[in-house]
Formats: sequence, structure tokens, C-alpha cells
Amino acid sequence: MKTLKQGEIAMVENPQINVVTMVEAHSPQSNFRGLEAKNIHAWFGKHHVLSDVSLRFPERTVTGLIGPSGCGKSTFIRLLNRMHEFIPSAAMAGQVLKDGEDIYAPEIDAATVRLKIGMVFQKPNPFPAMNIRENVLSGIKLAHLKVADHDSIVENCLTRAGLWKEVKDRLNATGGSLSGGQQQRLCIARSLAVEPNVLLMDEPCSALDPGSTLRIEETIKELAEKIAVVIVTHNMQQAARVSDFCAFFLTDGGPGYLVEAAPTKILFTNPSDVRTADYVQGKFG
Amino acid sequence: MDGVAKTEIIPVPRELAVVYNRADRIFRRIVTSGALTSLILLGLIGMFLFVKSAQIFNDRGISFITGSNWTAGSGDGVIIDDFSIGPMLTGTILVAVIALIIAMPLAIGGALYLEFYAPFRIRKILNALLDLAAAIPSLIFGLWGLAVFTSFGERWSVLLNSRFGWIPFIKVQNEVFGRSPFIAGCVLASLIVPIITSVTREVFSRTPRDLIDTCYALGGSRWGAIRTVVLPFGRSGIIGGAMLGLGRALGETVAVYLLLNIVFRYNFRILESEGGNIASLIATKFGEATEYELKALVAAGFVLFILTLAVNMLAATIVQKSTVRK
Amino acid sequence: MSAVVIETNTAVPVPTTPWKQTRRKQIVSASTVALSALIAVVIVLITGFAGVDGWAFTFLIVSLLVTAVRALKADAKVRKEMFVTVAIFATAALAFTPWMSIFASVVMKGARGFRPNFFVGDMRTTIPDDELNLGGAGHAIVGSLMMVLNATIITLPLGILSGVYLTEVRGRLTFLVRFVVQSMSGVPSIVAGLFIYTTFVNYTNSFSGLAGSFALAILMLPTVARTAEEVLKLVPDDLRSASYALGARQWRTSLMVVLPTVRSGLTTAAILGVARVIGETAPLLLTSLSSNSFVFNPLGGPVGSLPTYVFGLLQIGTENSTNRAWTGALVLMLLVLALFTTARFIGGKDRR
Repeated sequence: MKTLKQGEIAMVENPQINVVTMVEAHSPQSNFRGLEAKNIHAWFGKHHVLSDVSLRFPERTVTGLIGPSGCGKSTFIRLLNRMHEFIPSAAMAGQVLKDGEDIYAPEIDAATVRLKIGMVFQKPNPFPAMNIRENVLSGIKLAHLKVADHDSIVENCLTRAGLWKEVKDRLNATGGSLSGGQQQRLCIARSLAVEPNVLLMDEPCSALDPGSTLRIEETIKELAEKIAVVIVTHNMQQAARVSDFCAFFLTDGGPGYLVEAAPTKILFTNPSDVRTADYVQGKFG
Repeated sequence: MDGVAKTEIIPVPRELAVVYNRADRIFRRIVTSGALTSLILLGLIGMFLFVKSAQIFNDRGISFITGSNWTAGSGDGVIIDDFSIGPMLTGTILVAVIALIIAMPLAIGGALYLEFYAPFRIRKILNALLDLAAAIPSLIFGLWGLAVFTSFGERWSVLLNSRFGWIPFIKVQNEVFGRSPFIAGCVLASLIVPIITSVTREVFSRTPRDLIDTCYALGGSRWGAIRTVVLPFGRSGIIGGAMLGLGRALGETVAVYLLLNIVFRYNFRILESEGGNIASLIATKFGEATEYELKALVAAGFVLFILTLAVNMLAATIVQKSTVRK
Repeated sequence: MSAVVIETNTAVPVPTTPWKQTRRKQIVSASTVALSALIAVVIVLITGFAGVDGWAFTFLIVSLLVTAVRALKADAKVRKEMFVTVAIFATAALAFTPWMSIFASVVMKGARGFRPNFFVGDMRTTIPDDELNLGGAGHAIVGSLMMVLNATIITLPLGILSGVYLTEVRGRLTFLVRFVVQSMSGVPSIVAGLFIYTTFVNYTNSFSGLAGSFALAILMLPTVARTAEEVLKLVPDDLRSASYALGARQWRTSLMVVLPTVRSGLTTAAILGVARVIGETAPLLLTSLSSNSFVFNPLGGPVGSLPTYVFGLLQIGTENSTNRAWTGALVLMLLVLALFTTARFIGGKDRR
């Protein structure tokens, strides 16, 4: 038994941790493009919350992260764009590589990382003091990006988020005047304005009604034509509908860990782990 | 819906009323009488101030506010009573405004530091100390102002006077720099900074975490998040805190009494060693006051009360308005 | 494909925090600050700038210059962040300096007279400028505590009842009660004193401890009533609904469900109210005046109190009287500190 050195890729014999399947099936080239998590651990203080997760998120795919509450899914995706570090006692181990580059390397600026790896949160949260247009452009202002044509960005992003037709006549209305689903699409448009390569979504539909949820799911599929999307969800049907790959997290009271990752179809129809089978059939969780 | 005859029968609504039984009624009566006692007690003061000052305002009219004399009559008619509070009123406002202008940037900077810049452990300690500082009696601020701050304040005054003497507010007539509105204002500023800071910090800390996270997720810096989310969100709290501080500064007695030279003359030169303050006026004059002078003091108190009340009401309205909009 | 077996459960790597500044960077920034401070010292010595304030000002200028140099390499966003950080650190330091200085000077200057006789003695046979081992402020401490205690006894029931009225009973006068409580919390303390002076003191024809208590009560009542309302508002309506759904009457709901939930909150409110008035000087100057000996009768003429004790000694202004005043201030601060610690200890359960 050999302990792993930093930077070494973990290929695991244990079929339960099925990184190999995913990697081999969809990214044969060694020079991997996209986001890759290697042996990620996370702590809050002394509390070990996430243990040894390795996953790849190739470009132009949607990956769903499923699992019961408290299994570390949210912690995991917050680690992917360096939001984890805002909790004072937080610590981590492992690597997150974007196009082969470690985003936790000392010379890397966290804000630049977050610019390229966007995030959408559980509750729709347009900036209250801004109108729709300003909301979409807020990222550009925040990151001090120099962009000439603001109007086309607003139109482009709102179109990609599937909101343009509904709001094009009232871009000066406040974000709060929209419905919950519209607000969430506005938040997606806001994230798109800074042109991320990866979009992380932390249960983006859990505060929405079924109709709005479907609209968002369509949006997600369209987004995946250009970028990688990672979506945490409690809703297994949603994971089945929207994702190309799926990863199942679990906890036995200790730190959360990755049970299985596979193309969504396989994970839902023919999982290799019995716990996955139980979970996707709704026997627990 | 063509062809469908729609009959509209709206039923008569049934009355729903909460009925209280005897125990409940007794409970409610006890509580109500308690609230009423407070109401009457407090209302009485307002009434009393109003009634007593009504006579003064009747006698003296607007000159009570504008005049600049406070002379007690000799009783035999040789010297007549002449009471007015003009310089005291403007002095009160001047000192409070100086204090507020100095305190606001400091308080906001302090609150931002505590909430967003300070390391976790330092923040905890400073927060506890801040709560304590907000409760330091104003007397101690006066004591500190007298023993520690005045020497600094005088030195700054000399500097300001020599460098910025061309600004009319700053120029002095007599080169005596102690006990000036500026020094009193500075000490009042340090008195209200902890109060404003703790209110503002509280509001900042209630900024929804995911709004701030969103700013970071969009590649924003710490200052970007503060400007985009925290300051707009906390605006009503900042204004509320400022008004609270202004109210304290307007009504402050002992600190000003110890640090300001009370002179009955309009003075807007902030470095000059003379000024006014209604609260200190009351503290100075009540002891040997005649019956009529006492009424004049009550009237002065009433003016001060109205002033602070207006500030408080304004604050409440602003805070309410901006919360409704959200 | 070479497979490496790892033991997922036993070989847990060491937690790291790669986002924190590395030791080297920490040293660099610490030495930059230290260097700026040193340069400021040199400038102050050379140019004859005066004192701590001159140094602080120079330090700020030097820091800004250093930041400007460092910012040359950075892009617009980082540059802005750097300058804002310096500005915020500077304003924060300036905001915290006065009360740090107050804590320090009160402790240092107050310690001189902080002896046992300060707590038991009075000033009957001592003149203020006597040696510090003579006389004391026992009478003032006792007077203060008695007046505050009486004020609390008057205020607390009324304040809590008003709070309950505003949140539970919600009678017809809700608006009026709230309005009056709100506006009376803006009464300047001296005006409260003046009110008692022109009524109670004039009527009984004497300054007294009770008059002082009344004045303090006027100042405390709005604070306690408002805090009580705030605290009661925090009780979720679900709790009341749950109680009603169990068939409880309103009085039972209020007394057995709502009030017990906020017991510690109400205690905290009372303590904070006391802390708010214990250092009030102005109203006491007009109501209880001051005294040089122990007075236990609330109606037995002028009563000493810590704030008026300090205030009176300050007016005299000789060396030892000022020392006594500082010690009085120290005791006052310690009282406030004790009250706060208690409040925190009690409120700690439901606050943080």
C-alpha cells in the first residue's frame, strides 16, 4: 500500500469510486480541458467534512451532484471556485485543476479564479439596489472588466438565460419585481456576463415552483453547449433530466465521500454500488 | 365565456370575532393599565414641558429663539428679565454637527474594519470592547477630554488656524484655543463613534451572506462587495446610526459643560474659545434661578427636546422608508 | 494503467489553507509596515513634527506612498482594493484610538486612588485635596446603587407591561404607546432632571435620592420598554399559534409560553437599561445633588452618587481631587463592565 503524493493522480482499484469510467469514456486526451478535482478533503476547524473526492468536469457537459443533506456536496462545489475559504476556520487538502492549472497555487488570484468559475446560489438573489440591466452588468463592474458594448452583453446574457423576451421592455425595473424563477434566471444571466468557463449551481431550483424549474433546466442544457455546468441537486428526477454525468455523495456520520460517479444513464439504471441503487430508487435520503 | 350565464351570489360574510373569557380580560386589563401608566408618566413630561414653555413663548415670542441675552431681572424692576437662547441653540447644533461630521467616516470605517477586515480573533475582542465603549458614561469622556485630549486639540487648532485661517469658519479672533466648539465637537465625536459604529456594524452583519458571496463569485474584490452590496444594504442603518449619534450629541450635558466656554454671543468660528449648548445652560443656571427663569429654562429644555425629537422622528421615517422599499 | 491503492479512511492528508498568506509574504508585509513606521519616526525627529499625532499623520502619509509604489504593478481593481484597505485601516485606527485611550487613562490614573478606603470611607471629614488614603467614595457608590435600584424597581414592571401590551395585547392604544415611548427615548437627560426638579424637588422642597431615582426612571423607561418590545417581537408567531392550537387562553399563552421564552432577553434588557443610566450625571445634578456622607433615607435630603462625586471633584481641580475623580471614573467603568459581563453571560444563551 502506497500513500499518495501531492499531484499524483489517484486511480483506484476499488470500483466503488468510479473515476476511471468517467475519465476514460469522455476525456481520452491526457491534456485535460475543464475542471478537475483531485483527492479533495475539506475541514471546518477540526471537523472533517469531506474526504478524498476526485472528479472531472469536462467542457460542454452537465454534471449533477446528488446525495442526502450534509454529505458535503455544497462544501465540495464551494471548494471548486475558492468560496470555501471565506469560512474562518476552513481548511482543505488536494488539488483543483482548471485546464491543468492548480487554482489553489500561491501565485493564483482567487478573484480571477472566481471570474472564470461562476456560481449561482440556492435562493435567487438579484442585487436589491440595482435594476435588471445593472444586475446583469454588475459582474463586469465588480471585476473591472473593460467592455465596450454593454447593450449587446445585456441582450446576449439575458437571451442565453432565457429571460430576454420577458424583460426586454423593462430593463430598468428592479430585480425584485420579477418572479422567483425569473429572478433566478437573472442571476444566471448575471453570472454569464463575465464569461465563465464553468458554472457551479448550488441547488438552483430548490426555492422555485415546477414550471420555473423546467425553464431553468432548459437554460442549463443550452448553457452546456458552451461551458461546463456543475449542479448540486436534491431532486433526483432533475439530475436525471438535466445532467450528462452524475456523482453520488454519502456520509456515514463522518466526513462525506464520493460513492460513485458515472454517466447519468448508467448511474440511474445500472449503478455499481448497492447504496447508489437504493438512493436513486428513493429507499433513503 | 360566452353563453354561460354567470350568477353572482356573494354570500353575506359571517362575523368572526375573538372572544376573551374573564381571565383573559383581567390579564388584558392589567397589561393595559401598565402600559397606560407608562404612557401617562411619559406623556406628562411632554405635556408639562409644553405647558410651562407656552407661557414663555407667549411672553417672549420668537425673540426667545433668536435673541442672545440671558439676564435675570433684579426683581424691583430696575433690571428686567430677558431670556433668550439664540447662541445656545446655534451652538448646540454647531457642536453636534462638528461631532457628526468627524464621527461618520470614522464609524463607517471602523464598522467595515470590524466586519470585513479584522482577523477573526481580533474582531471578537474588539466587538466586546466596542459594546463597552458605547456604554462609557459621557462624564468619563468629559474627564478624558479635559485631561488628555485638550492638549492635542489645542495643537491641532493652532495648526488649522495658521494653515487654513483663510477659511472664515476656521479663523479666530483671539488666539486662545481651549474650550472651543472644535474641541468639544471632537470629544463628542469620540463619544458617539462607538454608538454609531455598533449600530452600523450590526446592520452590516445582517447583509445576506449569499449576496456578498455572489459578488465574490463574480470576481469582485472585498471593496467591490462592500460597495455593491453592503453599503446600499446598510444605508438605512447608517442613517439611523448617524441620527442616533446626532441625538446624543445634541442632548449631551456634562461633557460639553466641561469642555466648552459658554458665552452668550453668536459664534460660528469653530476654533474660537466660546460657544453654547442648551443642556449646559440648564445645568449652569438652574441653581440660582428665579421662578420665572426656571420656566425659561424649561422652555429651553422644550426647544432641545423638540430638536432631538425631530431628529429621532426623521431617523425613524428614513429607516422605515428604506426598509419598506426592499 | 498503473493502479495505486490508497486507503481512503486511514491516510487522511494534513489540512492546508493555501489561501492564507504564506509566512514569507506575511514577513514581507509586516516589515513593510514596520519600515513605514520607522521612516515616520525619522521624519518626525527631523522635521520637528510633534508627538503621537504627528507621528500617526506621517505614518499615514508614508503608508499611502508605499501603497502607491506597490500599486504601480497591480491592475485597476487590485489598486483600488489596496488604497481602500489603507483608508479603512486608518479610519478604524482613528475610530478606536479615543476609547482605547480612555480605557488606558482611566485604569492608569484611577489606580492611584484605588484603595480599600475608597470603597468604605466618605468625605465627611476629608477635604478633596487630602492624601488619597483618607476619605473615600463609599457614600457615593451606595447612593448610586440605591438610586439605580429604585429606578429599576419603578421601571422594570412598567417597561415589560408596555412591551407585552405592544406585542401581545395589541389594544387600541398601541400606536399612541409606541409613539410616546419612541419620542420620550429622545428626551435629553438634563430635561428629565429639570422636570423632576421643577415638580418633585420643588414640591418636597428638598433634593433627595428618590428624586434622583425618578429622573433615572424617566430615562430608563423608554429604553426598557423598547428593548422589551424588540425582544418579544423575536418570539416567533408559530409559538403563539401552537399554544392557541393546544387550547390555551391568551393570558396563559403570554405568561407561560411567550414570557418564559424571552426571560433572559428581558433580564439583559434590564441590565442594559441600568448600564445606560448608572453614569448619568446631568439629571442627578438637578435632583439628588451630592453629599459628603452616607445617606440611606431616599427622602432624607441630598444623596451622593458616583457621577456627581466625580463631577464635583473635577470642578475643584486640585491634584488629589482630580486623582479621586479618576478613581471614581474607574469604579464607574468597572460597574458598567460588571453589568455588561453579566448581561453577556445571561444573554449569551440565546444571543450568540
